[in-house]
Amino acid sequence: MAFASQKDFVSGLMFMAVGGAFAWGAVNYEIGNAARMGPGYFPFMLGLILVLLGVLVTFNAFKSGPPGGDKIGALAWRPLVFILGANLLFGALLVGIPAFGLPAFGLIVAIFGLVIMAGYAREGAKLKESVILAAILAAGSYLAFVKLLNLQFPVLPWFLAN
Amino acid sequence: MDLINNLALGFGVAFTLQNLVYAFIGCLLGTLIGVLPGIGPLATIAMLLPATYGLPPVAALIMLAGIYYGAQYGGSTTAILVNLPGESSSVVTVIDGYQMARKGRAGPALAAAGLGSFFAGCVGTLILAGFAAPLTELALEFGPAEYFSLMIVGLIGAVVLASGSLLKALAMIVLGLLLGLVGTDVNSGVARYSFDIPELTDGISFLAIAMGVFGYGEIIQNLSHPDEKREVFTGKVNGIMPTAEDFKNMIPAVLRGTALGSALGILPGGGALLSAFTAYTIEKKTKLKPGEVPFGQGNIRGVAAPESANNAGSQTSFIPLLTLGIPPNAVMALMVGAMTIHNIQPGPQVMTSNPELFWGLIASMWIGNLMLVVLNLPLIGIWIKLLTVPYKWLFPAIVLFCSIGVYSTNNNSFDIWMVALFGLIGYGFIKLGCEPAPLLLGLILGPMMEEYLRRALLISRGDWSVFVTRPLSASLLVVAAVLLFIVLMPSVKKKREEAFVED
Repeated sequence: MAFASQKDFVSGLMFMAVGGAFAWGAVNYEIGNAARMGPGYFPFMLGLILVLLGVLVTFNAFKSGPPGGDKIGALAWRPLVFILGANLLFGALLVGIPAFGLPAFGLIVAIFGLVIMAGYAREGAKLKESVILAAILAAGSYLAFVKLLNLQFPVLPWFLAN
Repeated sequence: MDLINNLALGFGVAFTLQNLVYAFIGCLLGTLIGVLPGIGPLATIAMLLPATYGLPPVAALIMLAGIYYGAQYGGSTTAILVNLPGESSSVVTVIDGYQMARKGRAGPALAAAGLGSFFAGCVGTLILAGFAAPLTELALEFGPAEYFSLMIVGLIGAVVLASGSLLKALAMIVLGLLLGLVGTDVNSGVARYSFDIPELTDGISFLAIAMGVFGYGEIIQNLSHPDEKREVFTGKVNGIMPTAEDFKNMIPAVLRGTALGSALGILPGGGALLSAFTAYTIEKKTKLKPGEVPFGQGNIRGVAAPESANNAGSQTSFIPLLTLGIPPNAVMALMVGAMTIHNIQPGPQVMTSNPELFWGLIASMWIGNLMLVVLNLPLIGIWIKLLTVPYKWLFPAIVLFCSIGVYSTNNNSFDIWMVALFGLIGYGFIKLGCEPAPLLLGLILGPMMEEYLRRALLISRGDWSVFVTRPLSASLLVVAAVLLFIVLMPSVKKKREEAFVED
């Protein structure tokens, strides 16, 4: 069976799955009736609507679409992993993750971590450039956010903080 | 005349050297912080609020008004230059504003946003001064059923905005509404879809979703093209000020946006956001002149109209705040907080018991708007320089500001994990060709819609016909139906698809 639009087919399945999950979750809450809605009423209704829309989208995926089957195409693993990874690394370094025994390294280290890791999201990244950029951003962020705006960040690593 | 006397009183209070300086400082700080990608007016005001604690009440409110307008304009600047809506009402500005920037017309786009906002702000201030009392009565006509129907109109308007398939846009709205429901249900206290995670009982932060989906998703998509193929900005910038032609196109759009924004802003709940969306929808429905750039590809009207509407709307949204004490949105809620700190209880009594303050605040809003133009028109050149920074330096900085921005709003690392999750989801949406803007609108309206639906049906004892038997609500639903019908008409549908063909 040939799709007119692979993107629409997968989107439709996604909407059905998410709508179904929300509706299924809503059943655990009290649904009530229209005059006295429980916490589950509105999400249950919306979940069913989303499933219905998903069915329609999937159905349409066989009917019409741009020429060439509207393929989803390859995932950009490199930027995906490095950008999201940089973000997670920033959070982990900034405040630490007590559950894993990771102490807080503070803002400055976290900025270096984020900028250097994010740099590798690009082909042909150069470590030296990333370090320079990180130094500039770290100095700027320290001045703007910590000194000027007085935001509460752990700035220094745990062993220097006290 | 009362109005003149009142305004004279207000300007007498606001036009002292000291207060003008505070207005200027507020505007400057607001713009500087607001322009950072990922930090919208809400975060900016929250950060700068403590700076006003030490001032006398009038000066503090004047400075806050300056911060508010500065932050809002700063947010539009980021929306236009780096395609990141820092707040919900600039979601539509992104569509044409960013396209203008890509074509080397960032200057005119920023000027159009600034001048349109200033004009709308002036009109909004006059309306606020002249009609505050009578307009409050109209807003009181709105029952829960009317609010619900109004939101339906807003959501259908968002579908009209989305590119690509209508069905998918509708589905994205519903998805947004559902995501908006995550968190504690106000009526029963049940924590819905929170999986026993304490942070989720407060709901998913709007910022985390906006930054993840619009910021990270977009960056990942951009980086997936090799360097030379990646979209680059036209090297040369074609002038900073709009041309005569631009002005000719802009003026009617600004007028329409202002009228719409002033009217919709009065309604608590909708305000700036709804008016920006509706204004854009209306501009898109008007006929393009021969040779005019289509919408979605950098039409200046697509920037001027929503920006004017948004500013007029935020101006008149002070009416429910000052007359009823109801904050129409999160930013206004913060303003209420600020006022309470200075011992001012917003509500009907302010106008009569504290006339200098009431009229001084209204005058200071106008001054805030004026400062904005005075400050920002010369700065446009500098903002545009931002665009010449190579992408390889810009994107790590954006990732950093997004991370810092979400962390600092709640001082909680949980939001950082959420941004990463929504970055992944956002990239998925791009891959699947699902437009994220309607999702964002649904997200904000979700809890409000549920609340109004619940109240409307509670009053009618579960009778759904209440939405069509109340004349105001019925006419709003007719508007929604007509909008949907227009989009689905074969001729319009074809045009719409042409207009959204990817370039």
